[in-house]
Amino acid sequence: MLSNPGTVPTKKKNKTAPMNLSAFLLVLPALVFLIVTTQAPFIMTVYYSFFRWNLTIPGERPFVGLSNYLALFTESQNLHVMLNTVVLMLSVVALTVLIGGTVALLLNRRFLGRGVVRTLFISSFLVMPVVTAVVWKNMLLNPVFGFFAWVNQQLGLPVVDYLATYPMQSIVAMVTWEWTPFAALILLTGLQSIPEDQLEAARLDGATPLQEFWYVILPNLTKSLEVVILLETIFLMQVYGEIYTATSGGPGISTTTIPYFIYQKAFAEYNIGLASAAGVIAVFFTQAVASVVLRMIGRNIQGARA
Amino acid sequence: MSVRQETTVKASTDNSRAWMHMLQGSLMTVLTYLILFLFLFPLIWMIAAGFKTEAQAFSIPPVFFFTPTLENFERALGTYTPFLKNALIVVGGSTLLAFLLGVPAGFAMALYPGRRTKSTLLWVLSTKMMPPVGVIVPLFLIFRDTHLLDTHLGLMLMFTTINLPLVVWMVHSYISEIPYGIFEAAKVDGANILQEFFQVALPLALPGIASTALLCVIFAWNEVFFALNLTSSDASPVSVFISSFKTSEGLFWAQMSAAATLTIAPVMVFGWFAQKQLIRGLTFGAVK
Repeated sequence: MLSNPGTVPTKKKNKTAPMNLSAFLLVLPALVFLIVTTQAPFIMTVYYSFFRWNLTIPGERPFVGLSNYLALFTESQNLHVMLNTVVLMLSVVALTVLIGGTVALLLNRRFLGRGVVRTLFISSFLVMPVVTAVVWKNMLLNPVFGFFAWVNQQLGLPVVDYLATYPMQSIVAMVTWEWTPFAALILLTGLQSIPEDQLEAARLDGATPLQEFWYVILPNLTKSLEVVILLETIFLMQVYGEIYTATSGGPGISTTTIPYFIYQKAFAEYNIGLASAAGVIAVFFTQAVASVVLRMIGRNIQGARA
Repeated sequence: MSVRQETTVKASTDNSRAWMHMLQGSLMTVLTYLILFLFLFPLIWMIAAGFKTEAQAFSIPPVFFFTPTLENFERALGTYTPFLKNALIVVGGSTLLAFLLGVPAGFAMALYPGRRTKSTLLWVLSTKMMPPVGVIVPLFLIFRDTHLLDTHLGLMLMFTTINLPLVVWMVHSYISEIPYGIFEAAKVDGANILQEFFQVALPLALPGIASTALLCVIFAWNEVFFALNLTSSDASPVSVFISSFKTSEGLFWAQMSAAATLTIAPVMVFGWFAQKQLIRGLTFGAVK
């Protein structure tokens, strides 16, 4: 990179040496803070998950081994919650990649106002999730006064109470609206890094736009696609505000996902054991995906000076 | 004569091809604008409703042309202000704390990497990917027992946890990009680690560090899981206030829209400015 050749020996020495003391002291506070606020509570979550523990029954806290986990994986209601989480995640990832990819292709051209369009397009990603939910629920999806109800009327379609009839689809639509800019911008970055000469060579060989897309653009886009899919999986596992505000997990449990389930178990039913077990599952799943992302990032760090 | 004729024919086919190309291009541009409009529509609709009267806000058929009024914003501000104050304290405080802890760490790891630096850095990033639901139960119990529930300090600590990995990572990457020769020159001149930090690294990495601050503000401002579960009234930020409209059932749409507009406006502007860094911050440099 930019470092001059003279620095190479020191760099090598640094790599094998332990960190120097004053540098270590600068890193330490951040590490301690993160250990105290993330690792320690997580270990406690794991510990709680082995007990039948309800806050409304003080004093009684029997060790139940893996039975909270067994309940999660055997009771049909709980299985449904996990299925909801996966459905939400997969549909939003698929939709944002498709729509975001199209938008990225459209934005990867020269046209009037491209910079402004690109900037404005990110807006829906910046909206606070509860604002999204409140606005969609009241002003767009409301069966009587909502904008979509009026559009349906104009088109001669029946008016639908979206959140009651298609609860999961409505949540998927909201979350897709929020996350499409994220996919579009990462895929656009990927598109812009495609070497121009490859595209030119394909055009000289007389490739049709479709062939160009399939044989040149898509293979070059694999890494950006991977990043979008993996990171969205991690972030979508945590979707909470939209569900809390728009449907409160309902009707029934049709839109209850793991984060909302944990909130309900812990803060409405005070069932600390079961909530903790679900939390552990969420963390293990996320960290499995995260480990792939971290490996990708790790390769990039090696490329840098450090 | 015939030669001339041929060239004109060729020119005209070239012309029509170029014309087709232009037409195709403009159609795609129109499509782009159309998609952008569809995506912005919920926001436009919301912001517009903030300037309507309550009757106009939920009239059917919808009112598209109206005389804007500031009444809703004035009325919303009354209930909104305490939550805004909480948000400013908690978001500002947590950003400051994340910087106090994260900037020195990112700096030291960039300039004095040791055997474990890379794995430490990756571990720090892994905490950013930890779902909050994995820690909420013990944190709630600890906060309850230490009387941190519904306090500014309590929420500030959690927002710091959310943003600290980001600060460490971004500062590390910005300082890694400074040519190492500059630091060597400083060392030759006898600079110690603090002088290297304050006199060399900080001024050069300042634009990057400033945009990292914007990202911290955006993420903390929009956070809702900890805000809803660790506060109830005294320390609730605007995200909790807005979610209280979830049961309003079309009664105060104009006022709700005004409050929502006030809530997203600053973040929107920050986000537009920090757009490039936003992607960098979210992907941790996995895409360059």
